[in-house]
Amino acid sequence: MTEAAGLESVIEVRDLVRKFRRKQALAGVDITVPRGVVYGLVGENGAGKTTLLKHILGSLRAQSGSVRVFGMDPVKEPVAVLSQLGYLSEDRDIPGWMRVGEAIGYTQAFYPGWDEAYAESLRERFELDERAKIKTLSRGEKAKCGLLLALAYRPPLLVLDEPSSGLDPSARHDILEAIVRTVADEGRTVLFSSHLLDEVERVADVVAMIHRGKVVFEESLDSIKARHGRLLVSREEEDGPAPELPGLLHASGGGREWTLVCEGELDALRTEATARGLLVLEADTPSLEDVFLARVAPGKRKGTVS
Amino acid sequence: MKLHINPKEGKPIYRQIMDQVKYLIASGRLSPGDELPTVRGLAQDLLINPNTVARAYRELEQAGILVTRQGAGTYVSTQGTPLSREACGRLLLERARAFAAEAWHLGYSLEDTIALLREAHEEQHEISNDHKENLP
Repeated sequence: MTEAAGLESVIEVRDLVRKFRRKQALAGVDITVPRGVVYGLVGENGAGKTTLLKHILGSLRAQSGSVRVFGMDPVKEPVAVLSQLGYLSEDRDIPGWMRVGEAIGYTQAFYPGWDEAYAESLRERFELDERAKIKTLSRGEKAKCGLLLALAYRPPLLVLDEPSSGLDPSARHDILEAIVRTVADEGRTVLFSSHLLDEVERVADVVAMIHRGKVVFEESLDSIKARHGRLLVSREEEDGPAPELPGLLHASGGGREWTLVCEGELDALRTEATARGLLVLEADTPSLEDVFLARVAPGKRKGTVS
Repeated sequence: MKLHINPKEGKPIYRQIMDQVKYLIASGRLSPGDELPTVRGLAQDLLINPNTVARAYRELEQAGILVTRQGAGTYVSTQGTPLSREACGRLLLERARAFAAEAWHLGYSLEDTIALLREAHEEQHEISNDHKENLP
């Protein structure tokens, strides 16, 4: 955990269960988001990320378990929670008939803490035309407009659902920059879900991996990386099944050369592989994407997470 | 100071920053007494978490490579030569390993690998000489 993170937590979700008809969307989820961190929620589509975020916003009621945001139940105290929370939804639901300036004025009316100068500086930075109708904006412009509306009252908690999804590099750059700026302001917290794992790796302090409605792990990015290793090994035999190694999560390759993503400390893994007669060609720390693919999507090829 | 971060590389980002700052110092592109960008500034420039930059700076400070003056920024240490030949050797060995592994995969012999290295070294020598001649 980082120093910026105090013991105090902004969000606490305990044993949250949600069923939609027969589908178990959340099967007992626990997460804790400490104050002042960037918290990344990762998982495949349909893993339960959006459902979890909707509970945090109070737009879904817990069937069982509990959700606390700033110590309050967001379903029972929506105004108190939402006034401290900026939200960018995946479908950026701003009415299409509004003009950018109207959307800003309309949202401003709900928030006493609205910072007009800040909103204006964001509008200029994002190059949004006040007179443009929302429905005529590009995906990237819509996302930037949604982000402006979520940031301009300087909420202590920013929640972003797949903020970069389907955006061009310039809009993704602006979104990432907004996350970095937000957390650089003392004590502000960002919770975001994403399937772009290199972005999560850039900005997250803490990562929770959700798979089939459950949290596979929730820990600091540093610790995730420190307890996984990636080895490229070569062996004598031309064929046969993948080599075995304690802590092995996923093996790819074939013939003599294999890439092994393992749970374990890198030097220990190297020693163990050598002891088993494998020639270690490379040993390094896996990226978050490597860990993700090895843990929850071992059938998928690199670069196809979504 | 221009740094390049690659989140797909696997190496933790704070280590990427640390290694690159060390390279910049070892290669003379950062000199003792030079000021580094602020934590916020570098975080926004690289689009990474400010805590990550702070950690890289902190560890470089503990290693005696950087010094932070309270409220006045972060500087390259002027105390002696923080990067010993041994430390440079460790950094280079890491790169040499990656190079050797690649050459191995492509079926290069040790002699052929060394020949490539020699060629690259000679090129560097020429570039360096050209650079000196062009100086006023």
